[in-house]
This record gives sequence, structure tokens and C-alpha cells, in this order.
Amino acid sequence: MSATPDKTLDCKGLSCPEPVLKTKMTINTMKSGEILEMVATDPGSANDIPAWARRTGNEIVESKQEGGVWTFLIKKS
Amino acid sequence: MAEEKKKRLVMIASKGSMDMAYIPLIVGSTAAAMEMEVAIFFTFYGLDIINKHKYKNLGVAPLANPAAPMPVPNIMGVLPGMTMMATAMMKSWMGKQNVASIPEMVKMCQDVGVRFIGCQMTMDVMGIKKEDLIDGVEIGGAATMLDFAAESDISFLV
Repeated sequence: MSATPDKTLDCKGLSCPEPVLKTKMTINTMKSGEILEMVATDPGSANDIPAWARRTGNEIVESKQEGGVWTFLIKKS
Repeated sequence: MAEEKKKRLVMIASKGSMDMAYIPLIVGSTAAAMEMEVAIFFTFYGLDIINKHKYKNLGVAPLANPAAPMPVPNIMGVLPGMTMMATAMMKSWMGKQNVASIPEMVKMCQDVGVRFIGCQMTMDVMGIKKEDLIDGVEIGGAATMLDFAAESDISFLV
């Protein structure tokens, strides 16, 4: 990972819409410029988290998928 | 984006079956998490979604629903217990996918600021009182919904 996360959110096992909701609620508690690492197993997250980020102006710094687990590094705007 | 005028979504929830309850709750909570302004106008059977006596037990009727989760021909849906069976199967599918329950989804919607409006006229028609609904529901009529909807970017009926 290129950036060190300030916070980690585990959404493994959760289905739509919870990964997006929990990501939003966690981002709300963070400061601008901080990085959230979010981990999910819901395949919908692959598209949903980038769509959420575009709409809210937060930046996906890095994303990867390994063995059915998606990891996103999200920088709060 | 965050600095522009917020996008706005309004949904009319008119159905009280479990599958039809999930749609406005999932779309609404997600839209609010995407920083949209969201209102759901609950009317007719849709009021069951926010009725604290009923929302834990919404069902799925197999009758006249060929896509219902039933291992028997659809015509058997008229038999007693069939709605209960289809509901149990749907709940089991939802549980396997770890989908939140209807009361959990309602709570999540409220946590992210989705506005709930109960339709006054249909409440009167169906004998539903404000006390029957969960806390935090506004009561209003078509004009209340349309006032919000007139400035909305997305609107649909469920």
C-alpha cells in the first residue's frame, strides 16, 4: 500500500447498501486529507464505492481485489 | 459534487410487501450517503414500512406473483400458509446474503437523514394514527411531497 490509512473499516460479509452507508458514516468522523481503508466482500462494492466517491468528492487513492476481497484507500476531501 | 447544489431524490412508497419495502429504503439510504437530499412519501400499503406494529413482519405473497420464492405451482398460492412460506423463504435468502432487516434499514435511513413523510389522507382512510408510525415521521399530503419533488432531480414510484 502506498498510503498509510488513518482508519480501517471492515465491511466483509455485508451486503448492499451497508458498505456504502458505513463508509459514509466513517468518513464523516474523519478529518479532511485523512485516509480510510475500507475492506469489503460484496462484489457490488467494486462499482459502488467508486460511484459513491465520485458523487461525494472523496478520492480513491488505491483499490485492489484479491480472492474476493476488495480493498479501497479513500482520501477524505 | 459536494460544493454544487445537492441532488434531490423523492420516492413514493405505495406497497407494503417485503421486497417492495426494500427498494425505497436501500435506494434512499444510499442516496443520502451520496449526499443527496432524500424524501420518501409513504402512502396506502407503503405506510406499513414505517408502521411500528407491522414493519417487522412484512410478507411476500406468492399469489399472482410467478416470480415468488415458492417450490410449488403459483396457483397453490391461494392455500392457507403459502404467504407465510414464501415470506420465510425470502427472509432466508436475505439472511444468507446478510441483508439488513426492514427495521434495520429504516433506522439506517433515519441515521443518514432520509426524510419520511406519511400520507395524511391514506392514514385516515386506513385508520392509521401518527402514534402507530415510528418516531421521526412527518405527516403531510400530496402538496408536501410535491413541494419537495418540484425541485428534485430523481423521482419514482414504488
